[in-house]
Parts: sequence; C-alpha cells; structure tokens
Amino acid sequence: MAEQIFFFVFAILAVGSAIAVVSLRNPVHSVISLMVCFLQMAALFVMLRSPFIAVVQVFVYVGAVLVLFLFVIMMLDIAKAGMERFVSGGKLWVIALLGALLLEMVLMISRSRLSAITAPAAGRLTGTVREVGEALFTKYILPFEVVSLILLVALLGAIVLGRKELR
Amino acid sequence: MVPLSWYIILSALLFIIGTAGVLLRRNILIILMSLELILNSVNINLVAFSYFLQDLRGQIFSIFVITIAAAEVAIALGILIALVRNKAALNVDEIQTMKG
Repeated sequence: MAEQIFFFVFAILAVGSAIAVVSLRNPVHSVISLMVCFLQMAALFVMLRSPFIAVVQVFVYVGAVLVLFLFVIMMLDIAKAGMERFVSGGKLWVIALLGALLLEMVLMISRSRLSAITAPAAGRLTGTVREVGEALFTKYILPFEVVSLILLVALLGAIVLGRKELR
Repeated sequence: MVPLSWYIILSALLFIIGTAGVLLRRNILIILMSLELILNSVNINLVAFSYFLQDLRGQIFSIFVITIAAAEVAIALGILIALVRNKAALNVDEIQTMKG
C-alpha cells in the first residue's frame, strides 16, 4: 500500500513537471522542471529495484546533460530566445492525434494481459550493482566497447563542431 | 504492490507529453529537451519489464540508451552552437538552409 502511495507521488510529480517542460516559456525554467522529472524517474527506478540505473540517471542526466543544456542557454541570447509558447492555431489536429494515440495506448494496456503480471516475490535478480557489472563486462562486452567508441566519436564531433572556424 | 500496467501507462503518458513538445513547440532547445523526455519514458518501460520479468537485459539496454542519449545531446548542442554562431535563430521554422 505504501508502495502505491509513493508511486502516485512520483508519477504525478513526473507528469506535472513533464507538462511544465513542454509548456513553460523560459527555457531555463524548462530545464529545471526537466531536472525534477528526471529525479522522479530515478526514484521510480529505485522502486523497481534497479539502484544502478537510478544512480546513472542522476549522474548522467541531472549531472551532465542538464548542466550542458544550462551552459548552452547561458551562451545563447536568452532575451531573443523568449519566444512564443506554441504556434498559434492550425495545430489542433496534432493535439487531437496525440490524444487519440494516448487513449489507444491506455486501452490496449488496460485490456491486455500485462495487468495480470504481478511483482515477483523473490526472483533471480538481487538488484545489486555487482549483477549489472558482471553482465556488462562478460556477456555484453562487445556492445559496451561499441558504445565507448560512439562516445569517443561524439566527443570528437562536439569539439570539432564547437571550434570557432570550420575549415 | 504496484502492477506493471501502471508503469507502462506512466511511460506512455510521458512519451505523449514529449511528442507533444516536439510537435508543438518551435524552440529548438525545448525540442531537444522533449527528445530527452521521450528517451527516458522508454527507459521506464525497459526497467519495469526488467524487474517484473526478472531479466537483466532490460537494465543493460537502458544503460546503453542513457549513454547514446548523452552522446546525442553533446552532438546536438554542438550543432546548435555552430548554427547560432552563423545565423541567430532558435526557431526551427527559420532554420531552412537545406530546404528540408
């Protein structure tokens, strides 16, 4: 019962801050609400017994990605960036389409057999970091190396794109 | 206990909100943030299935998703800086150099 209450608190905060991200006018405020949303998601990951993912979420998203966003907003001209909130008119069909999509997804999920799956009492996973590390460095070592290569390329690309003159 | 379908509905809600941000907003920074929101909603799905089915693969996959999202943000913001340096425009409707 307590778990459900916590889930509702985190879920409502996450959805509310996500709506704030999309609807706020100032990009700085959007970044702050996105931070709130990501912290709620980290809490949900803890509730799902994945503490490593929660920590990575806080480190990578809140610690790195959002600070990067804030730096870029700081470099740009924020007064010029204070722009219209939504494009006026002609976009009602987008909202209608998204509402229909949401309705369809919720209907499909609630009618499917997914709701019959309950949480395992004592499963195989212990939820420790050791488990994730062992899997990552034995069975999934090739994707791990590929991802590290992708990160290296992204680093080089960001440096090349950020230089003053492109030749 | 929290059933699996609640997590999936929450992730669907966040996905829809992120998609609305991409489709409705014209500020390129907000569009990038909405993309992050979409990727994170998928992560909730993956981790929820990983826990309920007791399978580690969901967690591993979500680690890779987070890594690729970080790389994507670095590149996207680099492109954004280069773009603003050449032509001060944050509205995606004004960025049409490639006639897309």
